[in-house]
Amino acid sequence: MNQPFVDTSPRVSDEIRKTTCYMCACRCGINVHMKDGKVAYIEGNRDHPVNRGVLCAKGSAGIMQVNAPSRLQAPLRRVGPRGSGEFEEISWDEALDIATGWMEPLRRKDPSKLAFFTGRDQSQSFTGFWAQNFGTVNYAAHGGFCSVNMATAGIYTMGGAFWEFGQPDWDYTKLFMLFGVAEDHDSNPIKMGLGKIKARGARVIGVNPIRTGYNAIADDWIGITPGTDGLFVLSLIHCLISAGRVDLDYLARYSNAPVLLEDGTGMFLRDEAGKPLVRDRKTGKITAFDTPGILPDLAARHEGHRTVFQHMADMYLDPAYAPEAVSETCGIPAERIRAVAEELARVAFDEAFEIEKKWTDFRGETHQRMIGRPVSFHAMRGISAHSNGFQTCRAIHVLQILLGTVEVPGGFRFKPPYPKSSEAHPRPHFNSRPDSPLDGPHLGFVHGPEQLALTPEGTPARIDKAFTWENPMSAHGLMHMVIANAHAGDPYRIDTLFLYMANMAWNSSMNTAETIRMLTDKDENGEYVIPRIIYSDAYSSEMVAYADLILPDTTYLERHDCISLLDRPICEADAVADAIRWPVIEPDREVRGFQTVLIQLANRMKLPGFTNEDGSPKYRDYADYIVNHERKPGIGPLAGFRGNGDQAGRGPINPEQLDRYIENGGFFVSHVPDGAQYYKPWNMAYQNWAVEMGILDAPQPYLFQLYVEPMRRFQRAAEGHGELQPPEHLRDRLRRTMSPLPDWYPPFGDENVDPAEYPVHALTQRPMAMYHSWGSQNAWLRQIHGMNPLYVPQKLWETHGFQEGDWARLTSAHGTIVVPVALHCGLNENTVWTWNAIGKRKGAWALSPDAPEARQGFLLNHLISELQPPKGDGLRWSNSDPITGQAAWFDLRVRIEKVDPRDEAEPALAPLVSPVGTGPQNIAWKVGK
Amino acid sequence: MHPAPSIIIFTVLSGAGFGYLALLAGAHGTGHIAFFQFALGFALAVTGLVASSFHLGNPQRALRAFSQWRSSWLSREAWASLAALLCMAVVGAYAVFFGQPLPFLALLGSALALLTVLATSMIYAQLKTVPRWNSALTPLYFLTTALAGGAILVGWTRLAVVALLVLGGIQIWAWAAGDRRFSARGHSMATATGLGGSGSIRLFEKPHSGQNYLLKEFAYDVGRRHAAKLRVISIILMCLLPAVLLVFLPASLPVIILAFALHLTGAIVSRWLFFAEAEHVVQLYYGRN
Amino acid sequence: MTVLPQTTEKKLGLVIDLDTCVGCHACVISCKGWNTENYGAPLSDSDAYGAEPVGTFLNRVHAFEVQPDNGAAAQAVHFPKSCLHCEDAPCVTVCPTGASYKRREDGIVLVNEDACIGCGLCAWACPYGARELDTQAGVMKKCTLCVDRIYNENLPEEDRVPACVRSCPAGARHFGDFADPDSNVSRLSAERGGFDLMPEMGTRPVNKYLPPRPKDQLTCSDGAAPAGVVAENPGGFLAWLDKALEKL
Ligand SMILES: Nc1nc2c(c(=O)[nH]1)N[C@H]1C(S)=C(S)[C@@H](COP(=O)(O)OP(=O)(O)OC[C@H]3O[C@@H](n4cnc5c(=O)[nH]c(N)nc54)[C@H](O)[C@@H]3O)O[C@H]1N2
Ligand SMILES: Nc1nc2c(c(=O)[nH]1)N[C@H]1C(S)=C(S)[C@@H](COP(=O)(O)OP(=O)(O)OC[C@H]3O[C@@H](n4cnc5c(=O)[nH]c(N)nc54)[C@H](O)[C@@H]3O)O[C@H]1N2
Ligand code: SF4
Ligand code: SF4
Ligand code: SF4
Ligand code: SF4
Ligand code: SF4
Ligand SMILES: [Mo]
Repeated sequence: MNQPFVDTSPRVSDEIRKTTCYMCACRCGINVHMKDGKVAYIEGNRDHPVNRGVLCAKGSAGIMQVNAPSRLQAPLRRVGPRGSGEFEEISWDEALDIATGWMEPLRRKDPSKLAFFTGRDQSQSFTGFWAQNFGTVNYAAHGGFCSVNMATAGIYTMGGAFWEFGQPDWDYTKLFMLFGVAEDHDSNPIKMGLGKIKARGARVIGVNPIRTGYNAIADDWIGITPGTDGLFVLSLIHCLISAGRVDLDYLARYSNAPVLLEDGTGMFLRDEAGKPLVRDRKTGKITAFDTPGILPDLAARHEGHRTVFQHMADMYLDPAYAPEAVSETCGIPAERIRAVAEELARVAFDEAFEIEKKWTDFRGETHQRMIGRPVSFHAMRGISAHSNGFQTCRAIHVLQILLGTVEVPGGFRFKPPYPKSSEAHPRPHFNSRPDSPLDGPHLGFVHGPEQLALTPEGTPARIDKAFTWENPMSAHGLMHMVIANAHAGDPYRIDTLFLYMANMAWNSSMNTAETIRMLTDKDENGEYVIPRIIYSDAYSSEMVAYADLILPDTTYLERHDCISLLDRPICEADAVADAIRWPVIEPDREVRGFQTVLIQLANRMKLPGFTNEDGSPKYRDYADYIVNHERKPGIGPLAGFRGNGDQAGRGPINPEQLDRYIENGGFFVSHVPDGAQYYKPWNMAYQNWAVEMGILDAPQPYLFQLYVEPMRRFQRAAEGHGELQPPEHLRDRLRRTMSPLPDWYPPFGDENVDPAEYPVHALTQRPMAMYHSWGSQNAWLRQIHGMNPLYVPQKLWETHGFQEGDWARLTSAHGTIVVPVALHCGLNENTVWTWNAIGKRKGAWALSPDAPEARQGFLLNHLISELQPPKGDGLRWSNSDPITGQAAWFDLRVRIEKVDPRDEAEPALAPLVSPVGTGPQNIAWKVGK
Repeated sequence: MHPAPSIIIFTVLSGAGFGYLALLAGAHGTGHIAFFQFALGFALAVTGLVASSFHLGNPQRALRAFSQWRSSWLSREAWASLAALLCMAVVGAYAVFFGQPLPFLALLGSALALLTVLATSMIYAQLKTVPRWNSALTPLYFLTTALAGGAILVGWTRLAVVALLVLGGIQIWAWAAGDRRFSARGHSMATATGLGGSGSIRLFEKPHSGQNYLLKEFAYDVGRRHAAKLRVISIILMCLLPAVLLVFLPASLPVIILAFALHLTGAIVSRWLFFAEAEHVVQLYYGRN
Repeated sequence: MTVLPQTTEKKLGLVIDLDTCVGCHACVISCKGWNTENYGAPLSDSDAYGAEPVGTFLNRVHAFEVQPDNGAAAQAVHFPKSCLHCEDAPCVTVCPTGASYKRREDGIVLVNEDACIGCGLCAWACPYGARELDTQAGVMKKCTLCVDRIYNENLPEEDRVPACVRSCPAGARHFGDFADPDSNVSRLSAERGGFDLMPEMGTRPVNKYLPPRPKDQLTCSDGAAPAGVVAENPGGFLAWLDKALEKL
């Protein structure tokens, strides 16, 4: 019988346009297949360094995102009261007039009355530059509520962090240990890496209270009690040091383990040039750490001063860190802790291997080969989103360094422009003056009390109180405190809040309902306490309803973007790389790329940096800026195709640069030269190449900081030394938390409430197929996660007599929610959790008000306060890490009770009026018929 | 399985219709009576067939369903029903217009009518995926239901009573055996997933939080107590009450109509249970253990 | 057509590695994307932005938990499932119209949508839930093994694999010819103990699943600290350190 004819070679598309995905910050390369000028199909770009052709669910669903009915259509001016959702559409000219009308006077008088905070955008070097030229001190991006603990701990310790700064050596690693990760920004690379490891039959250890996703395929799962990883890791360190299973040679050469600490002060011994001192084991001489030819001595003692390593031994050999001592707190049997320590040592040392590759270190010594230690680590918000996250993350890095597994084959490797020591980063600038730009970038790394952003009176210079005694090393600012502080007038009031791409009236705020109240609160004169709010979003999010002026953005396929080396590029350990987005389709609405809008605003206000001598604008739009802006001569937003197109890193402006990127698939990549791939912080081949590429101005080799001296400076201040002294109420806390060697203290969430009253930890996880709040507007993705139950471990499930379909009331010291429950057995027995940001406000995202997201879906955020519970001292203590200001989302403790089933989660906030209506009933999306 | 009203109505009505037509071959009505009888038989059978097209996604292509008689019971059902209807149309026409029985054709028609019911039942009985159906009891149940209904309508009360009682027996047997068959076949989450070599398996998360075609179609859930009640109701209505009526009341049109109405109602309840209680193995992927 | 071919020249299918699948749903959506734009009617979604969105998908990822009998921690397994292209495909033989068929050349089970009346019977006959009726088009939808990709001369050679395989970030899906014992899929399946779903159904699926590797096997070598040389060193830590440094 005849089979029907099947066309096995249909035409796939008319044309492929290659750009960069933006359903998350991973920034994969995509091939956008076009038919009749419309997007027909999106797949991964095989040549792209990030994703090599693969694509996640969100990326593949991009077509439903660019066509989402929730897209904003035109600029909006609020006409009803805030939150009413009553807007009128206005023209762009009007919108820009209004915005300049509000901002210009502030700039002339007191630029810091404008607070400009951006979400997870990928143009921080640009938005920061804008804010700097506006002159406000109040600028930051979302890092403070996201993962600043990670970034900061990594940079202070080893000049780079997990997250977007580095990656395991996937090709060689044999043991991969993953802490507190559900998805991360490195979404596709981590999955690709796990795939590689699995294909080799190598091992994965997952440390996470919850066993799903990556932790589901981990060979061993450590279902740790939330907030106790620091203690667990220090116990591993205890085991390794007491077993002598540490890489002494590596520690001596590349870390500050041999640096001598001054007896009494705990500060580094330094020479006249300020260089830390070590004793050379060959000659016995005390000398600068980088003296050519020396071999620093870990066992040195000099006039009562001892090395960092000896202090570490004192600290970590203490029985308080023995597995038996920490087992109960961490919820891990002691034997299992030992087993992990043993396995780490076994793989690092017994499975060590060598790569025949010569390299020369910064002391001039040439090594004939590279020693591989195939153990690698990765960690993310499960570690960082606790109030002890900075120290915990430091502990993990110290563990890696003790094993000698950073920047070696098989270990953890940095991605250019990292490594870069904390010294090589800028200091925060906060000297805001009328009508002039700020004297430098807002954010940076402080190395002592004198660099804090304090006014001469000692009060916080910034609205978010970043870089103050409350959180001295808050390198990313504290976006989660901006609305609350502005509302409280603590430290001062502002005039205009300018937000970009952050759903602050919903999932990115702690204490959501109260945040909404603050946004709508009026003072005794009937004026809004936060007088003006400007917001840029691309979609009809919850936050839109709370702004006075909406600047509607394009979608990611409709604009230029620049994923720059000045910012958070797409580099790999073996390559420097950056990328662009470009308008593969033209917007069909009155929307504009936000960066272009910022340039248009800058041009109207004639902001310095954006204006030529003759008063004419320097840049027409963002594409123009990307090509023609120079940070330093020869260094611009894009590193590729400079000059006449063949220069990389440094080089003159190339007017055709964007075209060259587009021809090349939307990205640029240049490989780290042979022999420079490992030992980057100390490898002169790498250092010299980095200078060539414009990543460094001069070679800057440095030592890994097991002992972080800047922390000791703050700690000493708290002990009463020095001129700049912390306020009394913070003295004890600084003394305790600023330990220069990683230490563990219970997360504040555990100390602030009675654990008997709130016995259960409550967490969220990112679903892999959803991006925060905006996956729900995607018709395909919302079918996967249309609601989110609270997952309850078996023991609690049985204790409370839960059945499928039941509901529970969850109460924290701060609030109450009522939510549907479901059973999850692979779960720490004192932990409940749910998927993050699935719950939606009725009326948002062009969903119908009876959408499951708005009925059964819920946010945990209602239970999390931006402030710790009042301590009776009248002070507002933020719910953040005391070192970096990182929002402590995961410190949350709750109690759970069974309640009668219902069909709507609580609190159910009143519906919003949708500025875009509701999406269509049915869709069957086919572009080519 | 989802008890789709169109399929329940189709199978019950067309079953009764074909059962009736099958017996009509032996009832020697002529003229008006024959007209009325055949019209009723056709009405029942054809209404059922039309109802069945309601659940087709593309009914306009229904003719294609005749093509696969070599392998498909649905195709065979289409052929058998068409042939039965054609045959009986000729038989009926002869009876109405010429007052003539056509015994040979009538016998053929009656065989085809029963074949139609058998084919219908085999559509379900062949499905290994629904262990409750996958048994010889399914065709038996369909055939006796058809014959019992037919016998009531034809007015052969004695046959009807016997058929009703046999049907009751088969029905109870089918329930009892059906209740055990799923596990007896050895289907479990362990065989479905290949997991659980040394442990127990449970569904943690459905693939999608929302609905899908499979769940709507295959994951119908009747509560046990509810089902037990309905079983009693259906046996009483489908078998016992009509039988009692026919035994104790003199055969008359109103009695027959009443008996048939009761039987049909019971048969609909029974058929509803036939679907609603049938568990498809795909449920194993959706949490059924 | 509804009669199954005695044999097929190739047996194309997938190996799905349950030890590697992280449950990311990338394969689900890339399948939806490709098959909405390509083979037959688009995979539609009803009530797309409403209270009960229901769409057609050819591939869905379940998540199971396995509680080991020995009391060890419960394990999670992400479990993707699409058509297994059975050798003895019951979905084909029940089809009254011949719309469902198994290709002789490569064993792919397809629905010819022009002939499908949307009766749903094939979906009833499939034990695996691999067929979904598209309510808007009224035709049966199922995994085509991307028949319009794997031979597609408009695609570069390396892209002639199913959309789900190409997109799977973890590399948990493998495509190949099971008729060839030396193919990637045959070897993987043999090495890692590839198994059939519901073998008792007698459907002889072509697709194979690789089992998760044993979990939570790490143990202490002797229950003691890993050779506590430092702690036990008579001269204490410093003496040990000196000795250890000498040896470097
Ligand atoms: N409970 C709990 N809460 C959390 C977390 C948690 O783990 N648990 N995580 C926290 C973390 S780490 C983060 S980063 C935040 C994230 O929180 P948000 O940054 O608020 O997350 P999104 O939902 O992505 O919101 C960003 C906004 O950007 C808009 N948007 C999307 N694309 C574009 C575009 O192209 N242009 C413009 N202008 N706007 C666009 C979206 O419509 C949305 O309104 O959530 C935080 N909140
Ligand atoms: N698909 C998708 N990808 C995303 C995002 C998204 O929304 N969707 N968001 C992006 C953003 S903004 C961010 S910040 C990253 C965050 O990426 P992740 O760091 O993966 O963030 P979370 O999903 O919050 O996962 C936190 C994990 O930590 C675990 N955890 C919580 N407390 C502890 C603890 O005390 N110890 C340990 N060991 N584990 C703990 C939780 O169980 C959870 O698995 O993801 C990015 N990537
Ligand atoms: S991980 Fe997914 S959403 Fe993020 S950039 Fe890559 S493809 Fe896009
Ligand atoms: S894409 Fe791969 S890893 Fe993700 S769910 Fe599918 S098979 Fe699993
Ligand atoms: S998996 Fe189902 S649809 Fe696919 S061939 Fe087998 S029986 Fe048919
Ligand atoms: S739904 Fe279509 S393919 Fe399936 S059995 Fe019916 S006609 Fe055949
Ligand atoms: S082979 Fe093609 S049709 Fe089948 S599941 Fe994969 S992507 Fe979908
Ligand atoms: Mo984040």
